[in-house]
Amino acid sequence: MKKFFDNIFRYKSNKKINGYMVAGSIITGLIILMVIVGLFYMPYDPTKMDSSCKLQGISLKHIMGTDNMGRDVFSRVMYGSRVTLLIAIGTVTMGVVIGSIIGAFTGYYGGMLDEVLMRIIDALFAFPSILLALVFVSLFGTGTYQVIISLGIAFVPSFARIVRSEVLRCRNMDYIESARLQGVPDLRIIFVHIIPNTKDTMIPSILIGFNNAVLAEAGLSYLGIGSQPPYASLGKMLSDAQSYMFTTPSYVLSIGMTIVLMILGFAFLGEGLGKDKRG
Amino acid sequence: MADIILDVSDLNIEFHDHDKPETVVFDFDLTLEKGEIVGIVGESGSGKSMSALAIAGLLKRHALTKTGRIMFDGHDLLTCDRDTLRSYQGDEIAIIFQEPMTSLNPVKKIGWQVEECLRIHHKDMSKQERKEKAVNMLDSVGIHEPEKVYNMYPHELSGGMRQRVMIAAAMIADPQILIADEPTTALDVTVQEQIVELLRKLNREKQTSIIFISHDLSLVSRLCQRVLVMNKGYVVETGKTEDVFKRPREEYTKRLIAAIPKIDI
Repeated sequence: MKKFFDNIFRYKSNKKINGYMVAGSIITGLIILMVIVGLFYMPYDPTKMDSSCKLQGISLKHIMGTDNMGRDVFSRVMYGSRVTLLIAIGTVTMGVVIGSIIGAFTGYYGGMLDEVLMRIIDALFAFPSILLALVFVSLFGTGTYQVIISLGIAFVPSFARIVRSEVLRCRNMDYIESARLQGVPDLRIIFVHIIPNTKDTMIPSILIGFNNAVLAEAGLSYLGIGSQPPYASLGKMLSDAQSYMFTTPSYVLSIGMTIVLMILGFAFLGEGLGKDKRG
Repeated sequence: MADIILDVSDLNIEFHDHDKPETVVFDFDLTLEKGEIVGIVGESGSGKSMSALAIAGLLKRHALTKTGRIMFDGHDLLTCDRDTLRSYQGDEIAIIFQEPMTSLNPVKKIGWQVEECLRIHHKDMSKQERKEKAVNMLDSVGIHEPEKVYNMYPHELSGGMRQRVMIAAAMIADPQILIADEPTTALDVTVQEQIVELLRKLNREKQTSIIFISHDLSLVSRLCQRVLVMNKGYVVETGKTEDVFKRPREEYTKRLIAAIPKIDI
C-alpha cells in the first residue's frame, strides 16, 4: 500500500500530469460507475409510468426530471447508458476481432489473398459506415443484437486496415525473422509475436472506435431502428425527447449531455494515451 | 576425420528481383565437422550472409532460386518440405543476428523469448522446467542476476546484454549448428571480446559447431579453426586459419589482411 502511494507521489513530482488522461479517466469512470450502480440500484423503475408527473423539470425527487410518460429520466439514462455501452463494446469487439484476423492474414501473407480481401474491404469502405449499418439492419431486422452485428461489420474495414499496416511494418523486423528461424509456425508468429506489437496503435484506435460506435448507435436509434422500447438506448431516448425540446428542455438536455460526456471521456482517454506515447 | 554434420555443395543463389536474374553466390562449398568453428570472411556484399541464411532456411520465401545441396541429418534442406525444415530450425540449427537492438521482440519479456524455442520444439516440458532451463541458460551466457533479467523487457538491457540474450535463446535447445551472422559488429570492442569468449566456451562445453560470419579478421583469426574467404559471391580461398592468414595465396586475401587496422603510435 505504501509503495502504491509512493508511486503516485513520484508520478506527480517527476512527470507533468497528463490532463487528457486525468479528465478522460474521471469522465469515463463516472459513466461506468453510473452503469454499474444501475445494475443494482435505480431510483425508480425505468419503465414505470406515472401520469400524475409528466414532463417535470429538474427537482430533488427526479434529478433529471421526467419524460412524457412520467418515467424518471435519470433511471432511464442509467439503463440507456448500459444498453449503449453494451452495443459500443459489442460493436468494437466484433470490429477488432474480425478486422485483426483479416488484417493480420492479408498483411502477413500478401499476394492474392491480400488483393482479394483488401478489395472487398475497400468496397465496404466506400460506403459511409452508418449507411452500411443501415443496409445490414434492414437485412437482419431491428433489436440490440442485430444492431451490434450490423455496426460490427461496418467497423471491420477500418480496423482491418490499421492491423494490416502494422503487420506489414512488423513482418520484416529482425525479431520476426529470428522467430521464423526458431521454427515458430506462421499462425503463432502472427498472433503471438506480431499482434502484441500493434497495441500502441490499436488502443487509441479502439477508443476512437468506441466513440464512433456510440455515435453510430445513437444515430441508428434516432432513426428508430436501434434497440426497441420500452428498454431504450440513449439514442432512442434522444429521438423521443426532441418533441418536448421547448416544453421540457431538461429532458432532452440531460440525455444529450450523457452522450456528449460518454464520447468526451473516451476521446480524452485516447488523446491522453497518444500523448503518453509521444512523451 | 570427425563426423561431418553439414555438407554444403555447389550452392548457387540467384535473385529475380529485377529484369535480369542476378547471381549473388557461386558454387559455395562448405563442410562442417562436429565441434568445429568455421569463419566466413569477406567484405560487405560478398555473399557471406546470403550463404548463411540459405543454410538456415530463411531464404525459402524470397524471390530467388537456389541450386546445389545442403545436406544435414540425411535431408537436403533446399528441397525438403517445410515441416521438416521447421523441425530443424531452432532445434538443430540456430542463428544469431548482427543487430541485437532489433532482434528481440520489444513487447515480450526476456524469459519468454528465451523459452520460445522450447515451447515449439519440446512441447512436453513443463512451465517450471522451461523456466529453470532458461534461467540456467541466461546464467551460462554470463548474465548476472538471471532471475531478474528473466522478467525484464528488451529495452531495459544494453546491447551486449541483448546479444547474450540472443545467444541464450539460440542455444537453449542445444542446437548442433550455431550460425553467428556478424554477432559482434554492432558492439564495442570490449564487449566483442566477451561475446567471442562466450561462443568459444559454448563450443567447448556443448560441442556445438559454429559458423562465424564476420568482416573482422582479427576476431576470426582468434576464434576459428578454419576460414573461408569470400569475394563477389565466390569462395576465393579456404583452409586452416593459420595457413590462410600467415600464407595467403590469393591477392584478395592479402589485401584483406593488409586492411586490418593497426595501432601505430
